Parts: sequence; C-alpha cells; structure tokens
Amino acid sequence: MTETFQFAALAPVLPEISLAVGAMVLLMFGAVMKDRALNFVSVMSILLLLAVGYWVSTMPSDKAAMGGSFISDDFGRFMKVLTLTGSAFAILLARGFLTAPGRVLFEFPILIVLATTGMMIMISAGDLIALYLGLELMSLSLYVVAAIDRENVRSTEAGLKYFVLGALSSGMLLYGASLVYGFTGTVNFAGIAKEATHGGVGLTIGLVFVLAGLCFKVSAVPFHMWTPDVYEGAPTPVTAFFAAAPKVAAMALFVRVALTAFPTIAPQWQQIIVFVSIASMVLGAFAAIGQTNIKRLMGYSSIGHMGFALVGLASGTADGVQGVLVYMAIYMTMTLGTFACILAMRREGGSVETISDLAGLSRTNPALAFFLAMLMFSLAGIPPLAGFFAKLYVFLAAIKAGMFTLSVIGVLASVVGAYYYLRIVKVMYFDEPAQAFAPMRGELKLVLAISGLLVLLFFIYPSPLVNAAAVAAKSLF
Amino acid sequence: MSEILKDYLPLVVFIAVAMGIGVALLVVPFIVAYSNPDPEKLSAYECGFNAFDDARMKFDVRFYLVAILFIIFDLEVAFLFPWAVAFGQIGLFGFWSMMVFLAVLTIGFIYEWRKGALEWD
Repeated sequence: MTETFQFAALAPVLPEISLAVGAMVLLMFGAVMKDRALNFVSVMSILLLLAVGYWVSTMPSDKAAMGGSFISDDFGRFMKVLTLTGSAFAILLARGFLTAPGRVLFEFPILIVLATTGMMIMISAGDLIALYLGLELMSLSLYVVAAIDRENVRSTEAGLKYFVLGALSSGMLLYGASLVYGFTGTVNFAGIAKEATHGGVGLTIGLVFVLAGLCFKVSAVPFHMWTPDVYEGAPTPVTAFFAAAPKVAAMALFVRVALTAFPTIAPQWQQIIVFVSIASMVLGAFAAIGQTNIKRLMGYSSIGHMGFALVGLASGTADGVQGVLVYMAIYMTMTLGTFACILAMRREGGSVETISDLAGLSRTNPALAFFLAMLMFSLAGIPPLAGFFAKLYVFLAAIKAGMFTLSVIGVLASVVGAYYYLRIVKVMYFDEPAQAFAPMRGELKLVLAISGLLVLLFFIYPSPLVNAAAVAAKSLF
Repeated sequence: MSEILKDYLPLVVFIAVAMGIGVALLVVPFIVAYSNPDPEKLSAYECGFNAFDDARMKFDVRFYLVAILFIIFDLEVAFLFPWAVAFGQIGLFGFWSMMVFLAVLTIGFIYEWRKGALEWD
C-alpha cells in the first residue's frame, strides 16, 4: 500500500478533509484576532458547511477510499447533506447567544464544524475503526459544546453528565466492536457480513454491545437518561444543535451498521430494534406529559421521535430505510424551527423556558404563535403537515414487513404524545396573556420561516425528498 | 554450549558496569558529600505538595491544565519513535502522514499559546 499509494485515491474524502482544514484555518484566525473574530468565523463556518453540502450533493457516489474504511454512496450523501445543513442552521441560531455582552466564543462555530466532520466520517464509515474515530471526533466536540457556557453551573453540569455517560457508552461500543472483531476476524463491515453467518453467541453479544453504544448516541430507551438533563442544562442554541445534526448522523450510522455489517443475522438485531423502538415511543409519549420546562419536553419528544424513526429500521427493508431518511429530514426541519421559537422566548431579564411563559402568545405575537402551533401539530403527526408523512412512511414500511404489533403500539404512542404538543397550543391560544416577549432576532425569523413553510407546504410537493430518500435507501441493498 | 555463553559475554560485562556505577553512585555520597540535614530536605519529594496530607485538598487548577498540555506532547513523542524506526519502509506516504499530524498539533499549540494557557499569572 505504501509504494502504490496515490493521493488521488483520497478524492471521496476531500469534503471531510476540506472541513477539517477549514476548521483549523478558522481556529488560527480566531486565535490571532481574538475578540474581533467572532462575526467572521461564524459567517465563514456557515458558508463552509453549506459549500461542502453543495459539493457532497454533486459528487459521484459509490466510491470507496482508504482500503474500504470510507464509503461514499447515495445513502451517505443524503445524510451528509442533511447533517451539514442542520449544523449550518444551528450556528445561525446561536448568533444571539454568542454575541451576548461579556461572552465572546469564536470557538463555538469551529467546534460545530469539527463535530460535523466527525459526523460525516461516521456516516461514511466502512469499518469499525472509522466508525469509532468519527463517533469520538463528534462526541468530544459535543461534550465541549454542552459545557461552553462555563460560568453557568447548569451548562457545566450538562457537559459533565454528557461526558461521563458518553465515555461509558463509548466503552460499551468498543467492547462490542472487539467481540465482533474477535468472532469474525475482520473490522470491515462487508467482511463481517460475510463471516457473521457462523458467528454464534459471541458475535450476538458483540452485536448487542455495539447497538447499545449506538442507542446511547441516538438517545433511545433504555440509554436515554442523559437526554432530558443535557437538553435542559445546555444553552438553548446548543440544545438546538444536539437535537438536529448529531441525531441524524447517529441514526445514519445505526442504519449502516445494522444493514451492511449484520444483514445475515437480521432477525437477531431486529428484535433488539423493535424493543428499543417501542420503549422509546412509549417513554417519549408518557414521560413528557408532566414536564413544565419546554427544553426538557423537547428532550423527551426527541426520544419519542427516535423511537418512530427506528420503526423504519426495524422492518429492515429498503422501504423502511427510505422511511427513516424521510423521517430524519422532516424531524430535523421541525426541531430547528421549534428551537427558533424557544430561542425567541426572551424578556428583559433574559431567556425564559417554562411552558406557562407561552401563555396567550396568540394575542401578543400572533405570527410566532401560529408557526409554533403548526410545528407542534406537525411534531404530533397531524395531517396534512410534514410530521404526518414522516410517520406514514415508517409505519407503511413496518406494515409491509408484517410488523403489526409494532405499528399499532407506535400509533397509540403518537396519540398519547399528541396530548403534550396540543397542550402547548392550548396554552398559547386559550390562556390569559403573560408579558410579551422581546422582539425576535432576524436570523430566528429566517429559520422559523423556512422551517414553518417547509412543514406547512411539504404535502404539495413531497417528491424531491421522497425520491432522493428512495435512491439513497436503494444504495444499501 | 560454550559458544552460546560466549554470545552473552557483552551482556555480563554490561551488567557488571551498570552495577559498578550504580553502587558507586549510592555509596560515594555517604563518604564525600557535605551533610547538613533539615526536615524539608529529608521529607519525600512530592511535586511541591506536602507528602503526607489529606489527598482531598484544593490545588490550583492550572496544574491540571499543564498536565493535559504535557500529555499531548508526550503522546506525540510516543508516536514519533515507531515512525522514526520504521522510516525506511514507510516511504513518502508515511512521511507526509506524520507531517500532517505534527501540523495539527502545532495548530493546537498556537491556539493554547494565544489563549494564554501557558501563562501562570
């Protein structure tokens, strides 16, 4: 390999390399310019992420690099474009937080770019080593981002909790990976798939540990404990980022590992996914009911949504994967819009985050109330909004695969979940008005408008997303 | 048999020289060194802290920062040794891989320097 190595063989990895180099150049710029760098670094990070997103979307697919460690296929390109867009919007949402008096954090956009680099490596991982490297690059950046408001006790607590539990889950994942390697003799996903037919009990235990580590990253029950605490403690723009891009990347990795490394022992991981999916949907629906803090509520909501997305994976078919892809795209759009609303909950004293602060919003700020209400209806899965179609695709795939129990429990859980989304709408429209919020920042309006319109009008022209997802899903089979 | 033993002769010489120097350095100070003991000199050296004290004491967080920064460059050297030993076989690709690694570390170093992490006050 050493003598015949061609640098041109790195072509499929060039977007990732560009992101990493861009992050380092921006870091140097920030280190030299110090406080004056923030605006430039934020804008450049957003442009870099969007430019790489466009580049990835026009790249040729079905290329492998680095001896099969890195796979660039349609599935990976779909998920990467989604992740890059989510990260760019998360930086945009953080503008108000970053420019608050006494707080200059030019590192924040750079950390998000680095985390995104890790996510892209995860999405394209072709073996267990690339999987772990990408996952750790993402996680290490996320731990720092969670604790970035270091004067704030809750932010540091969130960072520490996330770090300790994240380290534990990385340990489980590595233990599983070592067992898988031990029983198949290879770290390559395609190689594991070939050997897995005669793996036996040891391989199954390895599979369980690998899936446990991945469940932690997508915050699926029973590895969800960190989610509400971290969502509540971390600064709101950070929570918005956590709920969007890393979830998409982790779900992509989940799908890729299950379908390219273990397709030959599908019944074994399917029963795990079915359990995790049911538990997540049910816990997400019931635990959110009693919440008063809207960020914590969104934490439980995200646990529930991961459960719904996993329904698509549980079916193990191309239709199911298409459902997961559509679900993640729509979920990310809804989440970013909802967090734009949560970030707009500001009064003179600072941000407020309880649901009762939204009381009577329809009278003090009708536009914001309308968009938030539409997003809540969409999260609940009420037609004709986008969230309904997201659920429709995963449940259709599950029914086609004959998983009726799973589908019925999922639909029932979404009915229970609708209660707490509708409660927010009721508080906004029927309660006595509380004090009005401060005027909304321009970039929040922009994100909310984009997200709100996509959610409202998706049913008119769904084919681009649905077709792209279908093409992406086919590349895994 | 004696052929094999002959091969080990340099090892025996090495052990003998090492033991000679070691014992000499242990014994000679007792004979020639100027001795004026006090409690501070006799206590075990423990990085500037009291050797026998509550382990749960407060200490400056900057010690921790310096330790982290040290570990990074410590590991860098741990990577450089095998790289240097195998340098003949790994070719241009190996050379540039390490250069990229060193460049990334240097960028981190410039960042921590500019942020003032290396200044004690």
